[in-house]
Amino acid sequence: MAALWLARASSQLARRAARSLARHGEPSPPWFLASAPPPPVLGPPAVERSRRRGFCSVRRFAGESSAAAAAAAAATAAVEEEPENGFAAGADQAIDFPGGKVSFVAEMNFLPDSQRERINCYRVLDDDGRTISDSKFQEVSKEVALKMYSEMVTLQIMDTIFYEAQRQGRISFYLTSNGEEAINIASAAALSIDDIVLPQYREPGVLLWRGFTLQEFANQCFGNKLDYGKGRQMPIHYGSNRLNYFTVSSPIATQLPHAVGAAYSLKMDKKDACAITYFGDGGTSEGDFHAALNFAAVMETPVIFFCRNNGWAISTPTTEQFRSDGVVVRGQAYGIRGIRVDGNDALAVYSAVHAAREMAITEGRPILVEALTYRVGHHSTSDDSTKYRPIDEIEHWRTARDPISRYRKWVQGNGWWSDAEESELRSRVRKELLQAIQVAERMPKPSVAELFTDVYDQIPSNLREQDQLLRDTIMKHPADYPTDVPV
Amino acid sequence: MAARALREAGRRRRGWAAEVGRRCFSGGSAGAAVAETKEGAAGGGKAVNLFTAVNQALHIALDTDPRAYVFGEDVGFGGVFRCTTGLADRFGKNRVFNTPLCEQGIAGFAIGLAAMGNRAIAEIQFADYIFPAFDQIVNEAAKFRYRSGNEFNCGGLTIRTPYGAVGHGGHYHSQSPEAFFCHVPGLKVVIPRSPREAKGLLLASIRDPNPVVFFEPKWLYRLAVEEVPEEDYMLPLSQAEVIRKGSDITLIGWGAQLGVLKEACEDAAKDGVSCELIDLKTLIPWDKETVEASVKKTGKLLVSHEAPITGGFGAEIAASIAERCFQRLEAPVARVCGLDTPFPLVYEPFYMPTKNKVLDAIKATVNY
Repeated sequence: MAALWLARASSQLARRAARSLARHGEPSPPWFLASAPPPPVLGPPAVERSRRRGFCSVRRFAGESSAAAAAAAAATAAVEEEPENGFAAGADQAIDFPGGKVSFVAEMNFLPDSQRERINCYRVLDDDGRTISDSKFQEVSKEVALKMYSEMVTLQIMDTIFYEAQRQGRISFYLTSNGEEAINIASAAALSIDDIVLPQYREPGVLLWRGFTLQEFANQCFGNKLDYGKGRQMPIHYGSNRLNYFTVSSPIATQLPHAVGAAYSLKMDKKDACAITYFGDGGTSEGDFHAALNFAAVMETPVIFFCRNNGWAISTPTTEQFRSDGVVVRGQAYGIRGIRVDGNDALAVYSAVHAAREMAITEGRPILVEALTYRVGHHSTSDDSTKYRPIDEIEHWRTARDPISRYRKWVQGNGWWSDAEESELRSRVRKELLQAIQVAERMPKPSVAELFTDVYDQIPSNLREQDQLLRDTIMKHPADYPTDVPV
Repeated sequence: MAARALREAGRRRRGWAAEVGRRCFSGGSAGAAVAETKEGAAGGGKAVNLFTAVNQALHIALDTDPRAYVFGEDVGFGGVFRCTTGLADRFGKNRVFNTPLCEQGIAGFAIGLAAMGNRAIAEIQFADYIFPAFDQIVNEAAKFRYRSGNEFNCGGLTIRTPYGAVGHGGHYHSQSPEAFFCHVPGLKVVIPRSPREAKGLLLASIRDPNPVVFFEPKWLYRLAVEEVPEEDYMLPLSQAEVIRKGSDITLIGWGAQLGVLKEACEDAAKDGVSCELIDLKTLIPWDKETVEASVKKTGKLLVSHEAPITGGFGAEIAASIAERCFQRLEAPVARVCGLDTPFPLVYEPFYMPTKNKVLDAIKATVNY
């Protein structure tokens, strides 16, 4: 059956292949491999085009350069008026299928596993902190630019001091955002306070930007009675209703479907706001990632999926995590617009999230942002990453690619920042942090009564009974229990 | 597809299924007797089946709260069990809609929606398919309030899902996975036994400020018929109900199994054994006091459920009652439950905790 079909089609096939070669003047890939659609460019994306014409019409033998893509698009246009060139959708050569018209072609084209060139990466600042010529980006005022800078520095110092506090045994656990300060702060700066944040756990900078104080951070890490989480979760599991920042939970990617539900609520309430959820490269392997992207696309919810592709999921490199070209390409398969951005370039992250937010809200659609970065620190205080990755790789990213110093060069280049202000900032933040830690450490722990609240809105009888039993046991064996938790 | 096949087969009703079908509260005097002892709801109303009662509750929930949403696989056209019939037409596709075929997505989406102050009423098409959503329910929904110190909660979440045997459902259209969820602090687990109960308990679950997993006995969707008040009413959660008074032994169950226990009570009565029958209704947090009071009176307890006996919720009840009533117990607590096998197709009649198994256990316990 198939053989017969191939034989009949072959002559037409050969003619078309020859024409294709002549048109583009370069060798085509193996005949059975269609090349992928041209890489998405900024501006109205190709999705619109393909939705109108069916995805077959944008698959061609062209190379991946934008010129070739343009030629391909032109050829497609011509094709629609010239049925005899073989791509036409005649009555018997196309099918109306759910989702739009699908053209039949005589070639047996398997879609390639990847595009010939990797999806490019949007960047504004070069390695020396100068804006790349022709770069298009969202302007930031001096005031916002300086706030971004000082918050990036604050986050860095907070990480250093809390990490040390953990090493000294004063807090049980910590996890730094080193190397991802631009992602944290610049993405937060591009949002409005009404936008709902559903974080993973390496985005405390978003909370910092929104006004969570260093004392509030310290209270959570020490699990004292002022911790909003009442000492129930490990350090770094921050959350704040006031700041629209959902409480961190440890499981990976579970917050992504929540973001879609939250975004749906914003849309139903016609709010001028979106939801944004953060996750790492490892998180994209979880089922919840796929569930969330698909739900978001189908339900047309204003949500930004922000992937911090930092290269490492604890010890697993991305080469052992997925075979796709990173994460941004997954969006297209779900019908989601996406962009890859230099995660160590604060202006690029700011601009991309700013644009993503606009599109998400005004067009009621999800946007996928993949920020390329590097986890400069260990996964957490329970990890030693030198066991599985070369130290010079870490050092390279820590120094040559540091997002803070790159951004500082730009700020200083504008004449907005001086060395004197730098040292003033650093010593002030350091002092504030040490003060916050001292206060948090001295603050009493929440009482045993809070062990039983908030399981339900009201305490059910079984928990009241267990509360009483526990109190009796504490009276009997006080030495078994910590003395700093009031009974 | 599977569900449609089930419905068709349900109409055909093979011999054994038809016989067991009598266990429900529809029609005959047995059903009326149970309905009569019911409290909390006004009497009267049209006689409707269980899926219609659920449908009424959903209409009321959507009508009384503009922030309520109903969604899940195939709910748009009315659902494979017809529970969501007419909702999309009346309330629009923004509030009643199909979701992609992805249980973890449904649960996760529902949690996010509920966390924004909405009533998210999610349907998982069969309880057998709830496991992809297990992580979302256990690690997210159940801990949402606690882990945030009440900064956030998803109390508006209710997950409805049909559970239990249906005569021909085999492994994956028959399971009773309630015990898994009873091991999770922060959740409520509710199972109604009849149409009137279903409506009142579902409305209470939807409006309860905690996440609830609401298991609906799918065998009773069509078979159970009783008068259901048309108005908006709720039945209290975490309150068991003594639906038949007795003095020799306490029988406890939930959902469709109440029908089997009811029949066993009647047959036992012919042999002069007086059974007290309790519908637990809410499995967590459960009403120990009502069960305890009954066992202190009768001195004997039998627990019965369709789920496999090992690790079933019956074990929890038996242990708790042994702790509380040890001095008053005159016999070991009896458990009549499903076998410790996957739910089998042709062996379903062998697997099930049927009336005569219950009756034998009643006699053995009473004569201990």
